[in-house]
Amino acid sequence: MGRPTSKPIFIYSEAVLNYFFHDEHPFNQKRIALTKQLLECCGFLIPDQVRAPRMATDEELLLVHDREYIEAVKKASQVSGQSSPGQEHPEFHPFGLGTEDTPLFPDMHRQAVLAVGGTLLGAELIAQGRTKRVLNLAGGLHHAQRGKASGFCIYNDCAVAIEYVRRQYDMKVLYIDTDAHHGDGVQWIFYHDPHVFTFSIHETGRYLYPGTGHVNEKGIGEGYGYCLNLPVDAFTQDASWLDCFERGLEAVLQFFKPDIIISQHGCDAHFYDPLTHLAGSMSIYVRMPELIKQAAETYTGGKWLAVGGGGYDIYRVVPRAWGLLWMVMNDVPVKQGPLPESWLSAVRAHVNGPVPALWLDEEEVLPVIPRQKEIEEKNRLMLKQALSYLRQQVGPH
Amino acid sequence: MQIEEVMKRKVITVSPSTTIREARRLCQEHRIRHLPVVEGETLVGIISDRDLRDALPSVIHKEVEVDDIYQHPVSSVMKKDVITIHPLDFIEEAALTLYTAKIGCLPVVSQGKLVGIVTESDILHSLVELMGVDRPSSYLKIEVDDTTGRLADVAQIIKECHVNISNVYVYPSKKKGKKNLSFRVETIDPRPIIERIEQHGFRVIWPEKLDVKHNAQEKTQQRMKAKEQNNDGSANL
Repeated sequence: MGRPTSKPIFIYSEAVLNYFFHDEHPFNQKRIALTKQLLECCGFLIPDQVRAPRMATDEELLLVHDREYIEAVKKASQVSGQSSPGQEHPEFHPFGLGTEDTPLFPDMHRQAVLAVGGTLLGAELIAQGRTKRVLNLAGGLHHAQRGKASGFCIYNDCAVAIEYVRRQYDMKVLYIDTDAHHGDGVQWIFYHDPHVFTFSIHETGRYLYPGTGHVNEKGIGEGYGYCLNLPVDAFTQDASWLDCFERGLEAVLQFFKPDIIISQHGCDAHFYDPLTHLAGSMSIYVRMPELIKQAAETYTGGKWLAVGGGGYDIYRVVPRAWGLLWMVMNDVPVKQGPLPESWLSAVRAHVNGPVPALWLDEEEVLPVIPRQKEIEEKNRLMLKQALSYLRQQVGPH
Repeated sequence: MQIEEVMKRKVITVSPSTTIREARRLCQEHRIRHLPVVEGETLVGIISDRDLRDALPSVIHKEVEVDDIYQHPVSSVMKKDVITIHPLDFIEEAALTLYTAKIGCLPVVSQGKLVGIVTESDILHSLVELMGVDRPSSYLKIEVDDTTGRLADVAQIIKECHVNISNVYVYPSKKKGKKNLSFRVETIDPRPIIERIEQHGFRVIWPEKLDVKHNAQEKTQQRMKAKEQNNDGSANL
């Protein structure tokens, strides 16, 4: 564990790159190595701040996952070589394994457990007061369910870490999900729990996976009112996205007053992302971490655990977005400036067409969305509806 | 889906001799709008909260003794020719009957006995379930010719992509000679499916493709437009 440090911790080891399905698969953790190289090139990440993740134990996985499912993942890991999806091993399909999204790969159990262990290590470091902010970019696998893999996610590291701090430290946990896809796995696991508030902003599930995350999903039983979803319209741009996020977060904080914040930083709401239909730019990946940092300073004594998530333009978007996230966590002032030439030239070899050379997106490349006014109005109405329940609880702001 | 899958089996009923006062109380207590009237297990009538309200005098008329009316039995105001449905009928028949007869509920009768009740909101709820998301999935809407075999063509393409379909429905298009196919497919990445469907010449309506321009292009076009207008001899601003 080491001595207490006031510096944020960056969890990383080469091993996290082995959470790898196959060459054509959109989910590729090479993006974490690219982010780390970019930060090191700039001198924003010193070896002192890097910690290797540990393996999560079976007991820890059992905090949220079914034993039968864990056994199935272990068995699937022993299948030699990579299987062609859908054709082999139909016995794993009920567990969401061996599918097009989550094909089998050797040693998948150990690789998935390392992602959970990294997020758990972060939760331990913060809960024990050794540091206030930890980033585990290999985590954020928010679609995984108790007994089923889903949307590239095998084990739900966020849910395991949330349940861990609930049981060990009895903290009230605010989970913030900024991925373009609804954070369904985490939401359903804590849907009945009034000590865990799940807050997700995402593209509407009208046609984007997983299809859930509607404003009227608010929790159930004792957990009713401890879940907030902000499903924005397709092609939403920065201003409207941030307006929803900022006002939603403010309302949740006043209502819930968390003891710790765990945030998921999928960066697939960017206009370059190939899997979603949103039109955000790099600015939102500065502003959202800044707002979360401020929230942690005000409410949780600074306790903030951040994890990765989606993000499928691994050269033009993810390294900048996650680099900016780390800069905010590490209190490096964010200024519009060029990316290091040595890093850029390495990246250009992999990309057809131009690569953004600055930290933030330039005005010229921003998309023009003809229906923007209409989209903004729809988002305003959605936000009003989503917040109406919370407003009744905390009074007008 | 059949009626027996969506009907409520625990039915709040009254007998013909139940008073209007008691019937009103039951409606309020259980927050329901319809009371089947039974003798033993046989349905003899139905009464709605509106029938009960109609039985009472206007609030503006104070002279009439309301207490007296409250004592009357429900048989004096109930509807006797009740439209009913069978547990093995389909929910679309129930929907059609509710819609055309402009009524709010159907008692479910089997072998002369009342066995359940189906209301408008039960039908709406089953519609939500039928069209809803029961498993994580992406949505696709495809326009095809209104001819034999098009659903099979598209389903075959999805099968070739090794992706499971969790929900599908077919409905007429506003365009003549076309119909729409709507699928929920269990994948986070429907791009390969969309690509292959388009290669086969079908039109994918959702997810919508935007021909996105960038600010730089937009500005260039605005300048070009301004130039053209100037050449038209319009005022040079």
